[in-house]
Amino acid sequence: MLARLLRKMQSKWRTIVIVIPFIWLLLFFLAPFFIVGKISLAELKIASPPFTEMFDWKDGGFPKIRLVFDNYLYLWEDSLYFRTYLNSLKISIISTFICLLIGYPIAYGIVRSGPITKQLLLFAVILPFWTSFLLRVYAWMGLLADQGTINNLLIWIGLIDEPIRMLYNEFAVYVGIVYTYMPFMILPLYANMEKLDGTLNEAAADLGSKPTNTFFNVTLPLTMPGIIAGSLLVFIPATGEYVIPDLLGGGNVLMIGRLLFNEFSANTDWPLASAVAVVLLILLVLPMTIYQYYQGKATEAEA
Amino acid sequence: MVEPVTTSDTPWLEADAEPLIRIKGVSKKFGDFTAVNNVDLDIYQGELFCLLGGSGCGKTTLLRMLAGFETPTAGQIFIDGVDMVDVPPYERPTNMMFQSYALFPHMTVEKNVAFGLKQDKVPKDEIAERVHNILKLVELEEFKKRKPQQLSGGQRQRVALARALVKEPKVLLLDEPLAALDKKLREQTQFELANIQEQVGVTFVVVTHDQEEAMTLSTRIAVMDKGEFQQIGTPTEIYEFPDNRFVADFIGSANIVEGKVIEDGSDYVLVSTDLGDVHIDHEDSVKEGSQVWVAIRPEKIQLSKTDPGKSGPNHITGKVDDIGYLGEMSIYLVRLESGQIVDVTSPNQIRPRTKSQGITWEDEVYLSWESSSVMLLNK
Repeated sequence: MLARLLRKMQSKWRTIVIVIPFIWLLLFFLAPFFIVGKISLAELKIASPPFTEMFDWKDGGFPKIRLVFDNYLYLWEDSLYFRTYLNSLKISIISTFICLLIGYPIAYGIVRSGPITKQLLLFAVILPFWTSFLLRVYAWMGLLADQGTINNLLIWIGLIDEPIRMLYNEFAVYVGIVYTYMPFMILPLYANMEKLDGTLNEAAADLGSKPTNTFFNVTLPLTMPGIIAGSLLVFIPATGEYVIPDLLGGGNVLMIGRLLFNEFSANTDWPLASAVAVVLLILLVLPMTIYQYYQGKATEAEA
Repeated sequence: MVEPVTTSDTPWLEADAEPLIRIKGVSKKFGDFTAVNNVDLDIYQGELFCLLGGSGCGKTTLLRMLAGFETPTAGQIFIDGVDMVDVPPYERPTNMMFQSYALFPHMTVEKNVAFGLKQDKVPKDEIAERVHNILKLVELEEFKKRKPQQLSGGQRQRVALARALVKEPKVLLLDEPLAALDKKLREQTQFELANIQEQVGVTFVVVTHDQEEAMTLSTRIAVMDKGEFQQIGTPTEIYEFPDNRFVADFIGSANIVEGKVIEDGSDYVLVSTDLGDVHIDHEDSVKEGSQVWVAIRPEKIQLSKTDPGKSGPNHITGKVDDIGYLGEMSIYLVRLESGQIVDVTSPNQIRPRTKSQGITWEDEVYLSWESSSVMLLNK
C-alpha cells in the first residue's frame, strides 16, 4: 500500500521534473519563435505594431489568413543579404577554427598540469566573465585603435613609424570573437580531455606509435566530442554576433546580426528583420539537427 | 616465432647462458621515495617470470622501466644485449598488456589488434593474416567487428593479450593480467595464459600481487618488498626454501616463531622456542646461542585426537581454539600451553561416520611434524 503510494509519488515527481523545463522552453523559446515567424510572414505597415495582422477577423466567423512571402523573396533577390549571410558564416567558421587551434593546446595543458596549477588556470579561463562583456569589447577598442596601446607601444619601441590600422576591419572582429568565445571552446574540451585515459597514450607508444601519430590516431578521435561541443558553442553565437562587429568592425564588416538590427531599429521593418532571423535560425539549426540525428544513430548502434 | 636461444628448461642454472633481459643496479626514485632500490636480475628467453609483491613494493615501477615509461634513476637495462635506457617505448622490442587493458575505445577489436602492426608499416595482407591468426589463438574471431565496450571482461583481457602478442615482441610485459577477472574466470585464464606462452615461445614478465597466480604461472618468481628482491627462485624454492621471514610469511602461510639455538649437531639443529625444543634437519653449522626463526607450514603438521606414539622428535599437545571448515580441508587454530597459537591445516580424507563426529572446540589434540619439514631462518 505504502509502496504503491510511494511509487505513485515518484512517478509524479518524475513528471514534474520533466514538465518544468519543457514549459520553460515552450514559453520562452518556442512561443517567441512562432511570434517571430508570424511577423516574418506579415507586411510592413506604418502603425503600432508596424506590421499587418495574420488573421483578419473583420467579417466574423472563420478568419481570413494573410500570408505574405515577400520578405523571404526579398532576402533571396537582394544579393546584400546573401553576401552578409555568407560573410557571417565565413567569419564564424574561421573564428571557431582559430579558437580550436588556440583552445585545444590550452585545454590539454590545463588537464596535464598539477592539481593547484589546474585550479588556477581554470579560474583564469573563467575570470573574464566577471567583467561585463561590453566593457571588455570597449577595452579592445582602446588596445587596437590607431592611437591605442598596441600601436603606441610599437611606435615607442621603434618597430613601426606609422600606426597599423587594426580597428574597424575584419581583423578586429576576429580578435573580438576569438577573445570573447575562447572559454566556450576551452571548457568543453577540458571536460572531455579530463576523462581521457592516459594509459591509452602509453598503450599506443608501447605498440610502436610515435607521439604525433598517437595524437592523430588516438587523442584526436577520442576528444572529438569535446571538439564538436566547443565548436558549436563558439560557432552558433558567433554567427549571429551583433556587438562585436558593430563596435570593432565599424561599418566595414558585413554581419547578419548588424543587418538584422538595422532593419529592426533604423528601418523599423519588423517583418523583414523577422525573416532575417528565421533564415539565420534555420541555417544554424539544420546542420545541428543532422549532426544530432547521425550521432544518435551511432550511439544506438554501439549500445 | 622467435627460436629459443637455449634448449634448457632451467637456463638460469647454466653458467654460460645469455640472459634476454639483464637488469643491473637499477634504482628509481620519485622525489624522496625510493620505489626500486638497486636491483639486479637476469631473465632468460622463454621464461614466464613473475614479479610478486604487495602494493607499493616497486614491481609495477620495474615493469614500467622495462617498457620504457619510466627512466631508471640509476643502473642499466639490457634487452637482448642492447642498452635500453635511452630507447623510447615505441622503439623497444617489448609489448605490454596493461592492467586496465587500455584498449582503444574508438576502434574495433580487429583495428585494436592491427594498430601495432600498422605502426611498423607491415604490408596490408600480412596484417590481415597475422590479426586473423592471433584472434584465432585467443578465440575471438567472431568478435572482431565489435568495439571493446561491447565485450565481457574476459574477452577484453584476451583482446589486450592478442594486441600485445601480435607484434611478436621479444618480451611481453603483463601488469596484473588477471586482476580484473572474477575468481572462476581467473583460474581458467591462468592455465590459458601459460598455454599461450608455451605456444608462442615469447618471454613473459608478469607483475602480480596474487601468489597463487604467480605459483601456477611462472618458471621463476621474484618476491619484492620495499623496492628490493627478497628472493628469486622457482615456485618450489620460494615456497619450501624461503630465504627469510618475509618470504616465508608472504608466500602461503607459516607458523613463524623466534628461538635460540641450543645445540648444533652435524646434520641437525635444536632450537628452543614457544613450540618447545624444535629438532631441525640442517647441514650447515649455526652458532649456538644465536637468535633464529623457525617456520612450519600449516599443512606439514599432523594433528590427531589420539596419541600417535612418540615416534619423532617433534611433538606437542594443545587445545583446539578455533576451526575453519573449508570442505576439502579444515584449518585448526591450536593453543599450546605456552599460549602460542599454531595454525594447522588438515585434509578431510575420511568422511566422518556421523554428522557430529570429528574434532571440535576445546578438544585436546596431538601435533607432530618431521624435522625435515621445518624451515630455519636467520633473518
